[in-house]
Amino acid sequence: MAEVQAVSRPPLILGDKSLSQITSDICAAMLRRPNALWWIGFLIAFSLLVMGAAAVTYQVATGIGTWGLNNTVGWAFGITNFVFWIGIGHAGTLISAILFLFRQRWRTSVNRSAEAMTLFAVMCAGVFPLIHMGRPWLGYWIFPYPNFRGPLWMNYRSPLAWDAFAISTYFLISLTFWYLGLIPDLATIRDRAHPGLRRRLFEFFSLGWDGSFRTWQRYETVYMLLAGLATPLVVSVHTIVSWDFAAAVIPGWHATIFPPYFVAGAIFSGMAMVLTLMIVARTVMNLQNYITVRHVEVMCKLILLNGSIVALAYGTEFFMAHYSGNPYEQFVFLNRAFGPFAWAYWTMISCNVLIPQLLWFRRVRTSIAVVFVLSLLINVGMWFERFVIIVTSLHRDFLPSNWASYRPTSIEVATLLGSFGLFFTCFLIFCRILPMIAMAEVKGVVAHERAERRHHK
Amino acid sequence: MSGRVMVGIFQDEDDILSITREVRKEGYTILDIYTPYAVHGLDKAMGLQPSRLPWVCFALGLVGAVAKLWFEYWATAADWPVNVGGKPWNSLPAFVPVTFEVMVLFAGISTVIALFVVSRLYPGRRAATVIPGVTNDRFALVLEETDAAFEPVQVRRLLERHGAVEVIERAEESLP
Repeated sequence: MAEVQAVSRPPLILGDKSLSQITSDICAAMLRRPNALWWIGFLIAFSLLVMGAAAVTYQVATGIGTWGLNNTVGWAFGITNFVFWIGIGHAGTLISAILFLFRQRWRTSVNRSAEAMTLFAVMCAGVFPLIHMGRPWLGYWIFPYPNFRGPLWMNYRSPLAWDAFAISTYFLISLTFWYLGLIPDLATIRDRAHPGLRRRLFEFFSLGWDGSFRTWQRYETVYMLLAGLATPLVVSVHTIVSWDFAAAVIPGWHATIFPPYFVAGAIFSGMAMVLTLMIVARTVMNLQNYITVRHVEVMCKLILLNGSIVALAYGTEFFMAHYSGNPYEQFVFLNRAFGPFAWAYWTMISCNVLIPQLLWFRRVRTSIAVVFVLSLLINVGMWFERFVIIVTSLHRDFLPSNWASYRPTSIEVATLLGSFGLFFTCFLIFCRILPMIAMAEVKGVVAHERAERRHHK
Repeated sequence: MSGRVMVGIFQDEDDILSITREVRKEGYTILDIYTPYAVHGLDKAMGLQPSRLPWVCFALGLVGAVAKLWFEYWATAADWPVNVGGKPWNSLPAFVPVTFEVMVLFAGISTVIALFVVSRLYPGRRAATVIPGVTNDRFALVLEETDAAFEPVQVRRLLERHGAVEVIERAEESLP
C-alpha cells in the first residue's frame, strides 16, 4: 500500500533533475547576483537592526526604567519576545530532527533553512533576557563558575536557571547539527569553486570531506544520534520555558497544562515562520522546483494539527479555571476575554484559532499567496498569545489595590523591531553565502524516488 | 602487493550497489567507495560493520549526567547550602532539568567530535577526492589490485558490464 501511494503522489522535487543539475541549481541560486527584491529586503532588515541596536544601547546605558514595566507588571515585552523567538526556533528542530526520525523525505528541501532559522531565532531570543538583566556584561553569573564569594553557587531550584542551561544547550546542539549537515555540501562547493579566498574558506570548513562511504556510514549514524538527542531536547526547552510561568503561583500561569500547550504553540508559530521564509525564499531565489506546492501543503497540515492542539489548550484553560472553583483563576480568564486587554485576546483567538481553520480546504493550502498571508497572521497571533498570557495574568492578580496597566514604550517597540531586523538580516545573508537546500540529502531523495518509480514500471 | 588500484566510475546508485555486491562475491578487496550522498544499503553491500559511535554517545551522555547531578548536589547541599523557601538541601527533582540538558550537550558534542576523530576530519585537511565529481554526481569504487589473482582486464570488463562510465588504474600513493 505504501508503495502504491508513493508512485501516485507527485514527486517531491519537480523537473526530473539529474544529480549534477541539483548541484548547479542550488549553487546558482547562491552565486547569482542578488536581485532587487533581495536588496530591498536586506536594506529594510538592516535598518531595523541598526535601530534596534541603538535602542538596546540606550537601554543598557540608561537602565530598564526605559521600559514600560511597573511594580505589578514586572514582566511584559521582553519576556514575550523571548518566548516568541524561542518558539519560532522550535519548528526548525521539528523539521530537522523529529521529521528525520519519522522518515519524512519532504523535509530535505527545507531542513537547512529551517535549522538556520532556529539558530537566528535563538540568537534573537537570547538578546531579551540579557538586556533585562540590566547589566548584560554580568550575564555569566547565571552559570556556575568558581568565584571568590565563597564560592557561592547558583540556585539550581529556579526555572530561570534551568532556562539558561536549556537555551544554551539548545543553541549549541542546533549549531552542531546544522554544521554537520553542511559539511558534505561545503565540500561540493569547494570542489566547484575557483582557487582563491572563497575556495580556501570552504576548504577549511569542509574539514577535508572526500565522500568516502566509510565516513558517510559513520556520519549517518551520528546524524541519527543527534536527531534522537535533539527531539527530547526541543520538547524539554519549551517545557522549561513554560515552567518560568507555571512554577509561579500567579493565576493563569500556575497550570500543569503549560508544557504541552507551550510546545504545541511553539511548533505552530515556528511552522508559520518557516512557511513565511520558504515562500519568500522560493520566489526570491528561484527554487520553485525544490520547495514545491506539495511542501507548502504538508507544512500547512502540520500547522493545522498544532493549531488544533493550541485551540484545545485555550479551551481547557477556561474549563479548568471554571472547574477549579478558584475565584482568582476564574477572574483572570474572564478578565483576559473581556478586560482591558480583550483586544489582544481576541486578536490571538482570531489569528490562532479561527483563521487557521481555512487550512482544512485544499484550495487554500495550495494557494501560495493565501498561505503566505495566513502564515503572517499566525505569527501575529502567536506573539499576542504570549503577550496575553504574560500581561493579563500579571496586571490584575490577587489584590485589586495592586492592579495596574501596562503599555510598551517606544524603546521596547524599537527593540522588538530590531530583533526582527537581526533575524532577517542573518537569514538573507545566509541565503547568499551557504547552500540553502541540503544538496546531498536532496540527491538521496531524488535517487530514491527514481528507483521507486523504476521498480513499479 | 602491487601497490596499484583500479577505480571504477559510475553514474547511478543502482550500478554502484550491484557492482559492489558483485566484486565482494568475487572476493576482490574494496578499499573504499566515494559517493555524493549516503547511498541507502551500500553499507550492507560493502559488508561494513555498524559504527560503534553510539557507544561514545551513551558513555559521554552518562558521564555528563552523573557529573552534573553530583555537582548540583555538592553545590547546593554540601559546599554552601542556601535555604531557598525552606526546600530540602538535596532537592533532587529540581535538579533533573539541568541534568538532562547537560547530558544532551555532552552526548551530542562528544559524538560529533568522535566522528571527526575516527574519520580524520579536521580544518585544513587536504581533501583527497579520488576523482573530481564524487561530491557532485559521480560514484567511485576503488579496488586494490592485490595479487596475481587480480586480472585487470577481467575486472575492467566486469566494471564496464555494470555500467562503469570510466575505469582508471593508478598507483596507490595518489590515493588517501
